[in-house]
Amino acid sequence: MGTNEREQELLKGLANNEKSAIEAIYRDNYSLIQHLIVQNNGTEDDARDIFQEAMIVLYEQARNIDFSLSCAVRTYIYSVSRRLWLKKLQQNRRFETPVESLEETVPVEEDMASHEKLNQQYVIMRAAMGKIGEPCKSLLEAFYVHHKNMMEIAAFFGYTNADNAKNQKYKCLMRLKKLFFAQYKNGI
Amino acid sequence: MDQILLLEAAERYLRGEMGEVERLAFEEMRKNNPEVDQMVVEHHFFLDEMDRYGDVKRFKANLYDTHHTLQESGDIKELSPHGTGKIAYLWNRYRRTIAVAASIAGLTALLISGLTIMISPKAPIQDIEALKRQVNILEKRTNTQDLQINDVRKKIEPGTNIKFGGTSFMVDPKGYLVTSAHVVKGASRVFVQNSRGEDFKAILVHADESKDLAILKIEDEDFRSSASLPYGIGKSSTDLAEPVFTLGYPKDEIVYGEGYMSAKTGMKGDTMAYQISISANPGNSGGPILNRKGEVIGILNARQTTAEGVVFAVKSQHITQMIDSVKKKDSAQQIKVSQFSSIKGMDRVQQVKKIQDHIYMVKVVLK
Repeated sequence: MGTNEREQELLKGLANNEKSAIEAIYRDNYSLIQHLIVQNNGTEDDARDIFQEAMIVLYEQARNIDFSLSCAVRTYIYSVSRRLWLKKLQQNRRFETPVESLEETVPVEEDMASHEKLNQQYVIMRAAMGKIGEPCKSLLEAFYVHHKNMMEIAAFFGYTNADNAKNQKYKCLMRLKKLFFAQYKNGI
Repeated sequence: MDQILLLEAAERYLRGEMGEVERLAFEEMRKNNPEVDQMVVEHHFFLDEMDRYGDVKRFKANLYDTHHTLQESGDIKELSPHGTGKIAYLWNRYRRTIAVAASIAGLTALLISGLTIMISPKAPIQDIEALKRQVNILEKRTNTQDLQINDVRKKIEPGTNIKFGGTSFMVDPKGYLVTSAHVVKGASRVFVQNSRGEDFKAILVHADESKDLAILKIEDEDFRSSASLPYGIGKSSTDLAEPVFTLGYPKDEIVYGEGYMSAKTGMKGDTMAYQISISANPGNSGGPILNRKGEVIGILNARQTTAEGVVFAVKSQHITQMIDSVKKKDSAQQIKVSQFSSIKGMDRVQQVKKIQDHIYMVKVVLK
């Protein structure tokens, strides 16, 4: 049960965005995916992108409260990466032959579907963030992503007091929400 | 209430940062004010999205850092294929690009050589001489053609009793024509003339007066047979009101006429014929009736003198039947009839252009 417990710990760490857990999983599995991609017409950059996207899928799953992995982390990452790479190959029509699978795989279609939906929302938010421009973007990210308080933000962005910063934050937030919801309703 | 303060309150409420009293007051306000409630619901969703956006963004940053760290510590090495493996790898990766590049290079080379040939001003003297010879050859050919034209004129001696019988059309490009039997009735000799005005000698192969059909064969050394006919001899049945057209020689020139199927039987219920509404004159006898697909559906043979524009056509099935029976009787007559039209779907002008070379005027020298 030693390995299983270790994996549970790692997944918990992953869900909490802990660097040590990320690094451990990265170290254990990267070369496997690297081989898969590079031997199937991919580049080093493709390998990195696919592996990191698979990590995000795992992260999204690990954050679910009722999450339990029915297979080894390695098998899971391999299965997801393989699917992601197949999809990319199909999109690019770069290669017709199927990607051979030397490793055991598990069905991941459901997880992929939920990942796709979440990723779509992420992309919409990133696009909206890109559109509001500076200093709005940094200001909102400081508050909502990095969880800084208004005092720190006022100091950092050079506002004379926290109220001015709040005012500015409110204006930025309204613009962001408008952009986000417009896209979100269009996209879904 | 000030919107900024309200939003701030909603954020504190959603994050659970409010004290008990404040929270209850806020919930009370939500209950009483649906607008506020809606705003809180919406903002809740938005904050969730923001949180997830932030989490994924931070996670991505961590992934990126980790990759970098592991690369520096040597835990991640680039897989660089060596030797032949590398070549195969590069080939696999770039063969599409190579194919495109190669075809562009090929096309460019062709284009340049084409341009060079086009632009290069001086042709070698030998070529010029060769051209001169060709001009001489052409001149000779024209002379012989002139002689031949004189021959043709002589084919029908002036003063012979010629009856401009009617029209015929090719059914086999080897020189077999079909016309109406009454057109060639009592003929001692038959000539046919194409749309360009050239005369050819023809013989009567077979005549069936009961069906009013006849087969002619061009037997003339000047006749050049074509590879195939644009139209076919139709076997399918036709429908009332179907538009039809004909080509014929009511005068010394080919004439086009358009009409429609008006009855599926001929005069007095004759099942061998169709009744067609089309303007036709005596010279049109023996001309083909074609449908819009370019299939011969009948052969024009008579018109009702009491009514204008009512003509009768023998059904095309009888042409095929007659040809079959002729082939059976006389194995020397290898007549091949095509059912298929190659002008299906073309516009009418194009169809007629293709057909007219195969429609011949029948001239008859009476006994």
